[in-house]
Amino acid sequence: MARRAAAEVRFGEQLTPRSELLRSALVSGPAIAWVSLFLLIPLVAVVGMSFLTRGSYGQVGLPATFENYRRLAGYGLLGYDPLYPQIILRSLLLAAGTTLVCLLAAFPLAYFIVRLPGRFKNAALTLVVIPFWTNLLIRTYAWQILLGPESLLARLASALGLAPAGQPLYPSTLAVYLGMLCAYLPFMVMPLYSSFEKLDWSIAEAAMDLGAGGPQVLRHAILPQVAPGMAAGVILVFIPAVGQFVIPDLLGGAKTVMLGNAIQQQFGASRDWPFGSAISFVGMALVMLGLLLYARSAARRGEEGLL
Amino acid sequence: MKRPSWLLTLGVALLYVFLYAPIVVVIVFSFNAARYGGPWTGFTTAWYGRLLDSPEKLLAARNTLVLAVVSTLFSTVLGTLLGFGLSRYRFPGQKLFSWLMYIPVVIPDIVMAVAMLMFYGLVRQTLGLFELGLATMIVSHVTFQIPFVAIVVRSRLVGMDPAIEEAAHDLGANAWQTFRLVTLPMILPAVVAGGMLAFTLSLDDFVVSFFTTGPGANTLPILIYASVKRGITPDINALSSLIILASVLGTIAMMLAERRQEPRGTS
Repeated sequence: MARRAAAEVRFGEQLTPRSELLRSALVSGPAIAWVSLFLLIPLVAVVGMSFLTRGSYGQVGLPATFENYRRLAGYGLLGYDPLYPQIILRSLLLAAGTTLVCLLAAFPLAYFIVRLPGRFKNAALTLVVIPFWTNLLIRTYAWQILLGPESLLARLASALGLAPAGQPLYPSTLAVYLGMLCAYLPFMVMPLYSSFEKLDWSIAEAAMDLGAGGPQVLRHAILPQVAPGMAAGVILVFIPAVGQFVIPDLLGGAKTVMLGNAIQQQFGASRDWPFGSAISFVGMALVMLGLLLYARSAARRGEEGLL
Repeated sequence: MKRPSWLLTLGVALLYVFLYAPIVVVIVFSFNAARYGGPWTGFTTAWYGRLLDSPEKLLAARNTLVLAVVSTLFSTVLGTLLGFGLSRYRFPGQKLFSWLMYIPVVIPDIVMAVAMLMFYGLVRQTLGLFELGLATMIVSHVTFQIPFVAIVVRSRLVGMDPAIEEAAHDLGANAWQTFRLVTLPMILPAVVAGGMLAFTLSLDDFVVSFFTTGPGANTLPILIYASVKRGITPDINALSSLIILASVLGTIAMMLAERRQEPRGTS
């Protein structure tokens, strides 16, 4: 550690700690200052705001209380009301469900693409990436057309006796799931694909030679190898899914109000910033918890994290 | 190994249909003559013509482009410097800051959006700055774009041989000359890729724009959202189809550019 005080060589330059600090301030400083001012400080303000109280005209002020969190936990002014605990639980379930469905769909898709011959492989992958770069809002409202009262799917559902004729299939939980799967499938396919591409097939072949059946090969020879890709995909899907508000807003109804919709309502129509901040903080905390779990499992496997 | 089974092929085909059904239906319905959506009544291109007559939509298109171009310029410069700084110079608290810089990547966009909305509101009440509008949207977009550019640039810098920059210094170049004449040309593909990513993120964004904009400064996604809330109209399908076309062309261009730089990058 004695070297710390002396000049160090950085990419061919002798730099004293002071000059290196100055260099950092000049180069990294502006971006750090920008993100700190416009995001980190506002996020701290959200946490602070969540302890304040809303006045009768939407203004905020003291006293500082845990009232917003109590309300979020279900203990409002009018006794126990499970509305917000339900919203939190529903958001987590939707995010978890979306992640699971994406994983089930992405696994065969990534496997299929990686087994294609070279020139088809790139094309197949590009075809997955294109929807990913296409505006999510557009792809979501398109499901309103696809599930509309006169659409093919609605008529099929009524012919099978699953839904009354002439009715749209949205708003519904199923519609929200369809929209979510459509939005997040590429997020799962891409990391899974890159894991599959690095996969050592000789291990799977060896397992088969030793008499392992299909499920055993999958469980012991393939899954451990693609676990990093699966973990990355789970994070990439779960995190944005927790806070998603456009898809439940356009394809779901009152029964599918999620955290994101609740936040929007408090900052929009209800104009209750303190309560909205409390919901935002819970959303943030859930995501951070997920990331922490991911980082720990990645560390256990001895890899660099996702970032 | 054996060929994929027909069951797998069928499943994969269905997934592709599923991914493309929304995109295709929007494009098909943009040519539907029916006024209020519903069944197909005939082919028309009238809705595309309508777009040009709507000052509201043209203004939103202009806002979207201005927002994307200006925010990309800012974030590409700031993000490139950040990626360079974080990988080349050490400073106290660097690890903490490089983690904090990733917050915009991992935080739900609605939380980011309301945090900014509140911040602008509080600053406006005390200092009178940050009237919501195009400017606040640009500031917000730059904020979430910076880390993405930095990540792309940094991953390129990490893979670079330090001997090249060392050689430049040994030959008498100062820090600026080394950066300008040696480092920057070598990381340029990553800077361009980062900038393209930032540009696309800005074009795609709805949530952050929705919360940080003010009266009169609509973007296309905000306009589409408002129309969808009122009920989809065919001219919104036409507008969306044009946006889809732009995204598809952009993605293909990005893929081609990536493929072209790859052989050089691995040398």
